[in-house]
Amino acid sequence: MVKLIVQRLIFSVITLTIVAIVVFAMTDLLPGDWATAYFGRWATEAGLAAMREEYGLNRPATERFAEWLSNALQGDFGASLSRNEPVVELISFRLRNSLLLGGLAALFTIPLATLLGIIAGLRRDRTPDVIISTGSIVGMSTPEFVIGTLLIWILSVGLGLFPSITLLNPDAPIADLLPNVVMPTVTLTIASSAYLLRMVRTITINVLTSDYVEMATLKGLPRARVVFRHALPNILLPTINIMALMLSGLLGGTFVVEVVFNYPGLGRALVDAVSFRDVPMIQAIALLWAVMYVFFNLGADLVTTFLDPRLRSLRG
Amino acid sequence: MSQKLLEVDGLTTGFRTRAGQFVQVVRNVSLSMGRGETLGLVGESGCGKTTFGMTLLGHLRPGGQVLAGSVRFEGVDVFDLPPDELASIRGQRVAVIPQSASSALTPTMRVGEQIAEVLTLHLGLAGAELEERVLELLAQVHLPQVDELVRRFPHELSGGQLQRVAIAMGLAGRPELLVLDEPTTGLDVTTQAHILDLLREIQESTGTAMLYISHDMGAIARVCDRLAVMYAGEIVEDGAIDDVFADPVHPYTRGLLGSVPRLSYAGLPQAMAGRPPAPGEDAVGCAFVPRCAFADETCRTIDPALEPTDRKGKIRHLVQCHHWQRVVASGPSGQMRDLKAGLDQDAEAEPLLELTEVDITYAKRGLAALVARWRGEPEPPTTVSGFTITIHRGETLALVGESGSGKSTIARTIAGLLPPRAGRIDFGGQDLASTVESRPAEMHHRIQIIFQNPDASLNPRHTVKQILDAPLRLYFEMDGKGRLDRSGALLEEVRLTPRYLERHPGQMSGGEKQRVAVARAFAAEPDLVLCDEVTSALDVSVQAAVLELLAGLQADRGAAYLFISHDLAVVRAIADRVAVLYQGRICEVGPVADIYAPPYHPYTETLLAAVPEPVPGARAQLLAKDVQEAEPPARGCCFQRRCPRRIGSICDDETPPSQLAAEGHVIRCHIPLEELRESQVDLISLSSVATH
Amino acid sequence: MRSLSAVPKRLAQSLGWIAQVWRSLRRSRQGTIGLIIVIVHMFIAVASPYIVPYAHHDIDGKNRLAAPSAEHPFGTDSFGRDLFTRVLLGGRAAIGVALLAAAIAVLWGGLLGILLAFIGGRVDEVVMRFVDALLAIPGLLVVLLIVVALGTEFSVLILTLGYAYGVSTIRVARGAALGFVASDFITAARARGERKTNIVLRELIPNLLDVLLVEYVMRASWALTAISSLSYLGFGIAPPTPDWGRMVFENQVLLAVSPWGTLFPVIALASLIIGINLAGDALSKAIGLDRSQEAPT
Repeated sequence: MVKLIVQRLIFSVITLTIVAIVVFAMTDLLPGDWATAYFGRWATEAGLAAMREEYGLNRPATERFAEWLSNALQGDFGASLSRNEPVVELISFRLRNSLLLGGLAALFTIPLATLLGIIAGLRRDRTPDVIISTGSIVGMSTPEFVIGTLLIWILSVGLGLFPSITLLNPDAPIADLLPNVVMPTVTLTIASSAYLLRMVRTITINVLTSDYVEMATLKGLPRARVVFRHALPNILLPTINIMALMLSGLLGGTFVVEVVFNYPGLGRALVDAVSFRDVPMIQAIALLWAVMYVFFNLGADLVTTFLDPRLRSLRG
Repeated sequence: MSQKLLEVDGLTTGFRTRAGQFVQVVRNVSLSMGRGETLGLVGESGCGKTTFGMTLLGHLRPGGQVLAGSVRFEGVDVFDLPPDELASIRGQRVAVIPQSASSALTPTMRVGEQIAEVLTLHLGLAGAELEERVLELLAQVHLPQVDELVRRFPHELSGGQLQRVAIAMGLAGRPELLVLDEPTTGLDVTTQAHILDLLREIQESTGTAMLYISHDMGAIARVCDRLAVMYAGEIVEDGAIDDVFADPVHPYTRGLLGSVPRLSYAGLPQAMAGRPPAPGEDAVGCAFVPRCAFADETCRTIDPALEPTDRKGKIRHLVQCHHWQRVVASGPSGQMRDLKAGLDQDAEAEPLLELTEVDITYAKRGLAALVARWRGEPEPPTTVSGFTITIHRGETLALVGESGSGKSTIARTIAGLLPPRAGRIDFGGQDLASTVESRPAEMHHRIQIIFQNPDASLNPRHTVKQILDAPLRLYFEMDGKGRLDRSGALLEEVRLTPRYLERHPGQMSGGEKQRVAVARAFAAEPDLVLCDEVTSALDVSVQAAVLELLAGLQADRGAAYLFISHDLAVVRAIADRVAVLYQGRICEVGPVADIYAPPYHPYTETLLAAVPEPVPGARAQLLAKDVQEAEPPARGCCFQRRCPRRIGSICDDETPPSQLAAEGHVIRCHIPLEELRESQVDLISLSSVATH
Repeated sequence: MRSLSAVPKRLAQSLGWIAQVWRSLRRSRQGTIGLIIVIVHMFIAVASPYIVPYAHHDIDGKNRLAAPSAEHPFGTDSFGRDLFTRVLLGGRAAIGVALLAAAIAVLWGGLLGILLAFIGGRVDEVVMRFVDALLAIPGLLVVLLIVVALGTEFSVLILTLGYAYGVSTIRVARGAALGFVASDFITAARARGERKTNIVLRELIPNLLDVLLVEYVMRASWALTAISSLSYLGFGIAPPTPDWGRMVFENQVLLAVSPWGTLFPVIALASLIIGINLAGDALSKAIGLDRSQEAPT
């Protein structure tokens, strides 16, 4: 087990190193350095030179990468170009808000999608399955901004239940945020449930048509025991990795939803940063998301290894 | 009339296809079983025997339904029962032992719990009593260290052990009827012998009735008293096993028995014409008509009924044939022919392929090996070691061994797909480079390979024409017309018509596909064909035809075969010389006649003894220890751990000497030949007589 | 010469395959509905310039934020532009970008994935680790960064999306190809002494065409979502070209006053993507694949 964890950690570090290089390269090596990008068409030679001097842009990329990475490892992502404040301070509350949104969405998505997926699988090709499956295709394919817009139209404009957009600062207390977080949560839940649900349905069908479930039935076991004791663990085990992917998606792919509802989270901040060419901010958020992605996948791998008897003894 | 345990009356089941058409699987089957009776149900793949077996538990696969008839268990129609009553019959009155225990046991549950739940459910056991009974059951199926074994997960057991667990699970509810669905298919022959022995023992001690479903006549002969033969969803013959084997009445039974290769006969089995109808190919009249030599207009228009033959001195022997009297009158069923007998056995033929001290391994090297070791991957064993053999022009050398013996590995190495770690390979007197890429282009056509499963070896997206084009295009300068003509001729050679050129593999039967694979190999005009378990995936009646084809092509073309097989009876039918392989090492090599007569290497002996011959009542006499071998022992004899004739520490420590038993017949064993000769009996002649 | 005579036959063969897929697609009700929706949309995308009543930039100053009427079937937006015209034209750019981007993605990602599966060994391991790392960065973020740096010309959008979706196609194609690489017919071809390019082209790729076709359909639907989302965020198809995503953004604030400017583009966009997905789902079932194992990225 220890060896496995160490091995997984090493792979995660390798992945993150590559991610860091890619993130840095993308923001740095694209045509025009960020000084020109920042000033845009108002650039003056003097202004550019001053900025390049200030941020050390004249030094080789490798040198700047090493410095950026070593600072980042110590939690220092530099100062935001647009706000002139340390990136870490700008990010912290927004991270909290995004975690709140993503966490709530996950809290609803995981039980809902798993349950519906299993029901659809159990009632394969019958009315409940047809309704759930068709609904999931609609939910999966409708873009988030469309779902969000429709929710605003129905719940805010029509029924006046929730504020259509958030007008709070990132550091607002959670209690104040709660009414604002409802519609983004619903939007994310619809979008991500559909996807998890379809996977669970497929896995359920595969498990239910397996030899061992047939055998359990032929032993005369009650349906409930066949489903809960024989089938369910085998359905849930492969689902864990999918949930991890979904979780990292919920925490790191929310910018469209946050923009729709003007929700003060990381995604909203990233879109702003991209508009303002705020490179340190972009780098920090991108890296943060990648860390979460790697972390969740690592966690899922470890949990599966711990729970699945086949993997447990295989990898010792 | 006393009530039978089981009565099936006019049962017809079927399913609806996606296109909405109805396909019958089991057709108008009537069958009854008494208490304690052991009935074998034999038939080829797709004949509906498993579907039938599952109906005895009131079970149909999704989409299936009963169209007519009934299955009565002690007078109660199982398909009329409400779900909870049906559930109380399953596992308790009728239990099933599945084909593949490795997929039929739930991977996330300990094996002990999977047995215990049956006991709790049906017998209401709990606590210490429950635990004790689980251990008892595991001990009853002769599993070792049961205390520890109950806590294991299925993936931690070997195939033989899993099958025993499945049997224990079936026995747990003390059922009156066991339905065994191909319970030994996929197991090695020595393991199979153990399981068959166990089943017989259980039958004797518990008196449970058994329905033994199998395609393997030999396995059925070891366990059953009665035999029913199924063809295209119908029972065509049903009688005492001795009667059916000794005096089959239905033309299909005769053909089937004739197509089984036997240890006791050195010739090719009789091939059967045609192929069984695919499900849904329903026709009026007898389903066997297209393959039957006795068929006439009556057979084509009127469905025959299953009727008693009423012959003198026979107990209830039923047959479904209009002309069974004519069939019986035609004399004994087909004899085997020894194709080799007529041929000139030229012992002095020139060597074609020589392997000298070849070692082959899948082990990684360099950095990859270090990483693998650090990851804790087990060090892969030397798969094949010190392998030395010669194949002469035009001969058939068989490599025999169980799974994991390295037979296929050797074929891959000869084909240039897996370079050996050490040793030398000569072909036609010249050194053969170790990989395909490094061999000269004109070399490629001389060695061809045919695989076990034509479904995998033929590209499903290609037509037969494209498949045969590949070697022609690669090896010979031919224009499109030339290739087309040649492909047509090749198809004729494998007894297919040029109509097949435009077909895809998915549109052909298993036997037809394997013929195409044979045609592709011969398109290259090879000197050596590597046949890797080429008949193992085929039904016996089809296997016989492919063996005949291979023998015929060899006689015409003079190619040499390296014939790899786990089936000793097939090897006896086709080989000139045999090498017996265990754990990548040769135990014994010699001319076919010498291998199948004493003195034997102890491994050859256990293999031969384990082969179930289609002779009722015959049983294995000598059993190798049923242990799972992960890798070959580092020193001494490769068979030391399982050898029933082990003589002591010398077997563990010293490499056995090569003893020359006869011209070209080498046995690698520490036991002196004299001693082997004295203690061994002729297993072949023994196995061909019943030992009731 | 051979190839010339072989062309009609090959064509007939592949047409036969398409006809077969088509038939099984039609058998599913969902697939039929999806297909009809997609066909209607494609027709509109092609024919709209010839059938729209106004130019997309024509302003009717007297009718701003008008409700649907005979004159303006879908109403007008805040500038008084005809929404019917703009909705009919609003899919053209996005559909074009999505179809081309998906083609590029499947072409390079599919090919690379197949090659990696075929080559195997250390090359495969290293490249896949790199691909895994790339997948750890949200795809839309990468697209955003590139678009910001290079601008929102169609060529940039197409190539960027083609790149981003290609990365995830590598995994799918590699996974599908791995199932065949170890199969006996590939081994047979190697043992025969076929050249590697021949093995990949003749033996491997024909077996993966159906996977790639389904992949293309689904990637096109995701690319359409992505390009519309980008437009919504203001980084996609730039005004004055009419675009559904942008229209939703522009008119969203006026939902309370006049919902038409939001609703009609939403219906147009959602129906097309749902149609593609229904058809794609039926298509994958028809050729025996289960698509639900995959995630949009």
